[in-house]
Amino acid sequence: MTPTLTEIAKAFSRVLGVTLEPGFSAEPGGGASANSGITATTTSSSSSAPSPATTAPPATQASTGTAVPAGLTTPAAPTAGMIPSSPIVFTEHASRGWHLDVTVTAPQVLDTARLMDRLGFCLDMVTGVDWMAQQAMEVVYDYLHFDSSVRVVVRTRVPREAAEVPTISEIFPGANWHERETHEFLGIRFAGHPNLTPLLLPEDATFHPLRKDFVA
Amino acid sequence: MNLPEPFRLLLFVLGTMAFVGANAAYLVWVERKGAARFQRRPGPTEVGPAGLLQPIADALKLMSKQLIVPPGVDSILFRLAPILVMMPAMMCLATIPFSEALAARNINVALVMVFAFSSINVMAIMLGGWASRNKYAIISAARIVSQNIAYEIPMMLVVITLVMMTGTMNLREIVDQQAGAIWHWNLFRLDENPLMPVTFVIFYICMLAETNRAPFDMAEAESELVAGAFTEYAGMGFGVYFMAEYANIVVGCALATLLFLGGWQSPIGVWSGIPWFLLKMYALVFSVIWVRWTFPRTQFYSLLNLSWKILIPVSLATLVLTAIMMKIL
Amino acid sequence: MILQKDIERLSAGSNETFVLNLGPQHPATHGVLRVKLTMDGEFITRAEPVPGYIHRMHEKMGENRTWAQFLPNTSRIDYLSAMAYTHAYVAAVERAAKIEVPARAEYIRVITSELNRVSSHLVWFGAFLLDLGGFTPLLYAFDDREKILDLLEGLTGSRLTYCYYRFGGVCNDIDAGFVEGARAFVTYMRPRLLMYRELVTDNVILRKRLIGIGFIDRDMCRRYGASGAVLRGAGVNYDVRRAEPYSVYPQFNFDIPVFPEGDCMARYLVRMEEIAQSLRIIEQALDGLPEGPFLAKGVPRMMKPPAGDYCFAVEAARGRFVVRVVSEGKDIPYRLRLRTPSFSNLSLFEEASRGMMLPDALALMGSLDLVIPDIDR
Repeated sequence: MTPTLTEIAKAFSRVLGVTLEPGFSAEPGGGASANSGITATTTSSSSSAPSPATTAPPATQASTGTAVPAGLTTPAAPTAGMIPSSPIVFTEHASRGWHLDVTVTAPQVLDTARLMDRLGFCLDMVTGVDWMAQQAMEVVYDYLHFDSSVRVVVRTRVPREAAEVPTISEIFPGANWHERETHEFLGIRFAGHPNLTPLLLPEDATFHPLRKDFVA
Repeated sequence: MNLPEPFRLLLFVLGTMAFVGANAAYLVWVERKGAARFQRRPGPTEVGPAGLLQPIADALKLMSKQLIVPPGVDSILFRLAPILVMMPAMMCLATIPFSEALAARNINVALVMVFAFSSINVMAIMLGGWASRNKYAIISAARIVSQNIAYEIPMMLVVITLVMMTGTMNLREIVDQQAGAIWHWNLFRLDENPLMPVTFVIFYICMLAETNRAPFDMAEAESELVAGAFTEYAGMGFGVYFMAEYANIVVGCALATLLFLGGWQSPIGVWSGIPWFLLKMYALVFSVIWVRWTFPRTQFYSLLNLSWKILIPVSLATLVLTAIMMKIL
Repeated sequence: MILQKDIERLSAGSNETFVLNLGPQHPATHGVLRVKLTMDGEFITRAEPVPGYIHRMHEKMGENRTWAQFLPNTSRIDYLSAMAYTHAYVAAVERAAKIEVPARAEYIRVITSELNRVSSHLVWFGAFLLDLGGFTPLLYAFDDREKILDLLEGLTGSRLTYCYYRFGGVCNDIDAGFVEGARAFVTYMRPRLLMYRELVTDNVILRKRLIGIGFIDRDMCRRYGASGAVLRGAGVNYDVRRAEPYSVYPQFNFDIPVFPEGDCMARYLVRMEEIAQSLRIIEQALDGLPEGPFLAKGVPRMMKPPAGDYCFAVEAARGRFVVRVVSEGKDIPYRLRLRTPSFSNLSLFEEASRGMMLPDALALMGSLDLVIPDIDR
């Protein structure tokens, strides 16, 4: 029982409360070139937790960084950078390294993790990225599947100064260490984490070296 | 030789000490060279021709090192343990006849004495481990005790079988009974007990376990317990443990030679003498070294399982078999 | 055999536990890993790995130097499998900058990566047997490995921390001497593997120590993200070389060894079989080595990959190694993430070692094939 890429995308759309374009499909595998760029359309009103992208302006590249007002407070606030125009994006594996790129809000991280667990996915890694120019912290969850070799990237953005994401270590115990590492390096809090102490840094470390404003 | 008794005693004390010391030193060299040959490398070559002075260099190094007594240890027992480890090995050697004429003491209950003293060795290592106040050392001490209890029993059962057959505990008499040729050796006395080679194998395994040699080196187990009971010992304290290990191997192999392989008796019936004893003994010592560098370590519980579930029943069976055969035949 | 109910009784019922600090300096951890063991006698009730003693913050270093300057760092993460790590980084940047790598360079990368995998597995083989108390195989394995190191030293100039791959190819071409040496090694290594099987794998003590010890099943691997031989020893046919094919691996005919038992023996057999499969790949790659350039033309000296984030996964000797690069289109990476296999493989140790005896737990730890800098980065 290995889900196809389309089935995974549909499952995501149900969890996130967005609807996909009718009749679209995608083939899993490294050479899914024909499907790159297919995006889902989103509903604007029905979802209880609107994803940030639904209200986001068209994305611009991170390097420009022009559309960012400073001092954002809410997690759902629009940010520039690399947020796609739609929460569910198929990408070509050969171009980026994954098949499905899903952007969610911080609370939805738990739902997507449960979905991934249900579909038999495995947590590959948790990455934090400090977008200092946009005053945002991005947490990227990489999932992979042993049988179908589909790779899914789930990403969320939270405000930089109050970066908090729910922990998924209850669902994937392997996330425990990844989240501890992300916390110590970037200062992103993982709410509900059983032991958010430094893992690789000294146990009394209070600094977060991967923050862009970190001065050694 | 009719020397005055005190003089004779002194001579043998010195002789035993020299023998133990030389053996401990040069068995280390043999072990290192042998291990090197098994592992396709040259081994010690720098100090002296073929590294022959390496043991002396090692001893000098160990002696020049500080004897560290860590804080918190039971300092009396900590210092006492290496001495207690070394002493029984020397005492055992006092009863072992090297040839018809060469023995420190010809005791009628030599066998009892050897096993009595070799048990002290275990106590001493346990004492060292306990006194060290180190968790690894304590685990090692606990292992040593349960391991040695498990292996003393089959060893004793084997020896009792042998005593039943020979009717004596005097080592010289046991060897005298094996005179003639190779088929007179206890190892091949199949008329009294067809399982005699099996009892020898049991004796050999138990000897490996009693001397804490691989694959039964639970006490030291360097990849698990760092250095086991010896973890906290530095310098010559460690060196004495090391020497005692080799002294115990020598005692164990000498006993195996006397009990099973006819001691100084020649396998062809003529030219019996001390060279035969040394040849057989060192062949066994070499096999002990060989085993160490060939096999991985066993698990602790399979070691105990081997003893309690296999060796003890089998040695009991041989004991009963011998009794039945002696009664019937 | 110890009964499971005994373990549960011993590990749950008693409160006479003590804490044993395994490491940071301990012979079995092969480096500075510390494991805080809560023990009940010799039974482990809880094992908490405490990594980080040789943490060097490679990810931060990546943000402070140009794309090319980070190359030498990649080989210092897992020093035993440096080629694969460099490969992942180089390929991630190539994916970002859309650089086409010449076929000959890809073949050379495969050959050197697989040689490196064999040498890494040989070190593991020796060190694992050392953990189990068998000293001699280590020397034999190092003897074989020496031949690989000599070959790669002749090619790259280093013996361990190779910095041989470049964006768009490799640093210098392989010559006839290397090809000949690699072929000679393949023919030399095959009988050695048979000898290891007879001498080591079939040894009764080794089998007793490995069979039925340290179960890691498919689900545990999934929840912890384990990869490499740990995963394939749990019966999952997952190898990045097949799941996310990269380089020229699809052109070669090789098997992914999978053993379903999930114990230490399965992981042992997977790695031993992988050596044989790597030899097959090397042989095929040497046969099919195309002519042509070994470095792509027109790769800028100062890389500025277009903005975006890119992942590249390779099958390193220890498992799945992923490099994620986030570029802002500048000459230095914006963010560099290294997902190392040992990190995830060690994280399951706490669950897998519960209720085990100390020597068995060390056999389990050895079978995970940990390289400590790979965990700590």
